[in-house]
Amino acid sequence: MHYLLLLISGIFVHNFILSRFLGICPFLGVSKQISTSVGMGAAVTFVMAMASAITYVVQYSILVPLHLEYLQTITFILVIATLVQLVEMVIKKMSPTLYDALGVFLPLITTNCAVLGVALLNVQYGYNFLESVVFGIAGALGFMLAIVLFAGIREQLELSPIPKALDGFPIALITAGLMSIAFLGFSGML
Amino acid sequence: MSQIIIPVVVLGIMALAFGVILAYASKALEVKVDERVPQVRSALPGANCGGCGYPGCDALAAAIVSGEAPVNACPVGGANVAAAVAKIMGEETSASVKLAAMVLCQGDCEKAPQRAEYYGVADCRQALNANGGTKGCRFGCLGYGTCVAACNFDALKMGPNGLPIVDRDKCTACNACVKACPKGVMQLVPYDHDIRVNCQNTLPGKFVRQDCSIGCIACMRCQKVCPTGAVTVRNNLASIDYANCIQCGLCVDVCPTHCLTGQKVEGSLEKWEKDHPEYERPETKPKAPAKKPVAAAAAK
Repeated sequence: MHYLLLLISGIFVHNFILSRFLGICPFLGVSKQISTSVGMGAAVTFVMAMASAITYVVQYSILVPLHLEYLQTITFILVIATLVQLVEMVIKKMSPTLYDALGVFLPLITTNCAVLGVALLNVQYGYNFLESVVFGIAGALGFMLAIVLFAGIREQLELSPIPKALDGFPIALITAGLMSIAFLGFSGML
Repeated sequence: MSQIIIPVVVLGIMALAFGVILAYASKALEVKVDERVPQVRSALPGANCGGCGYPGCDALAAAIVSGEAPVNACPVGGANVAAAVAKIMGEETSASVKLAAMVLCQGDCEKAPQRAEYYGVADCRQALNANGGTKGCRFGCLGYGTCVAACNFDALKMGPNGLPIVDRDKCTACNACVKACPKGVMQLVPYDHDIRVNCQNTLPGKFVRQDCSIGCIACMRCQKVCPTGAVTVRNNLASIDYANCIQCGLCVDVCPTHCLTGQKVEGSLEKWEKDHPEYERPETKPKAPAKKPVAAAAAK
């Protein structure tokens, strides 16, 4: 039950993009098509789940025993960068089309604050290993949900008669704001 | 001391471990890329200007290797780059024609009078929105320097008489000014080709004369005098087929409004005459049209 709540909280109530405002860059950058946004979501899910697990191990078996907690940020970034490189190689091998579609946003997961955020929040909330991984997966699924929903809306927006001044990113930002307000409706649940 | 050494060692070991993992993964997950792609990429200029029509030099390199684009597709690099790319691709190259931008309008403040005053933003596209710009001629250069602002290579500057001036040696033919110009006055012309029609006005000569003293009035004299049929007057405007033009300069000599300009290449006409013995050179003041079947066929 505890883990289920953690999952729901991560996906809906404390959605990384729409209520924590982390990872906005790929959210706006790779949300023009549902197919690419699913690919991006999957890549981020993998990186966040792996990052949660590995950073937990790094934190409690290397940094804490050696009293090097202040190196948290830099070591976590090291872990994330390695993971992203790995994901990049895998995607390049598996699906060149997806690799081209994600373009520069794939290496930019390295500096995606949602990934670093989940690693740091795990430590901050004092989660154990399983909780960390579940929280990481929940956050990533929340990211995926938000980006896929947003991509769906943007695909419709492409076909809508939008005033010229709002065409493109302005209307996307307004839409993102409205989605964020909508997701705040979950905030009383947990 | 250990306060410094331990973190350094710990981080170093972690980085090394991750590095080894990645090195192993890069071998295990290696994707065979055509090795010519990076080679072609390094031969290209790397300015990512988009002049070739692809998003950047990387995309062009991939397109060249896949055979989608010709080896001389880079307009900026010119013959040297084309030769280098062709060597990598193992192809013979025909030297790509080096292009350079040209301002095809001579209607400066004196020759083409203004019909209104404009106090808006100094940008041709903005000025165009304000009732089509201020120049009497609806086709000519507006003179607010949007092309100058678009040039990334410092090859364009605004002249004293309200027309941009191209430094043809600096111009890389990246097409930025051509796209920026709302009037189509900027055009890419072969670099070694000086003779051109400096007008875009497609109105009949009577109206051209009202608006500009140096515009093309479609008198057909250039078309009639042209030995190769490279000059044709269509839609009240002369145009030159640069591939056929031998730059003999006859059209420049007969143009009554001096709309056609350029340096002729000495001896080019004599050379051409040698290959075409049936050709009769017209008188300096052409009374009768030159007996040219091509020119006659192309006349309206």
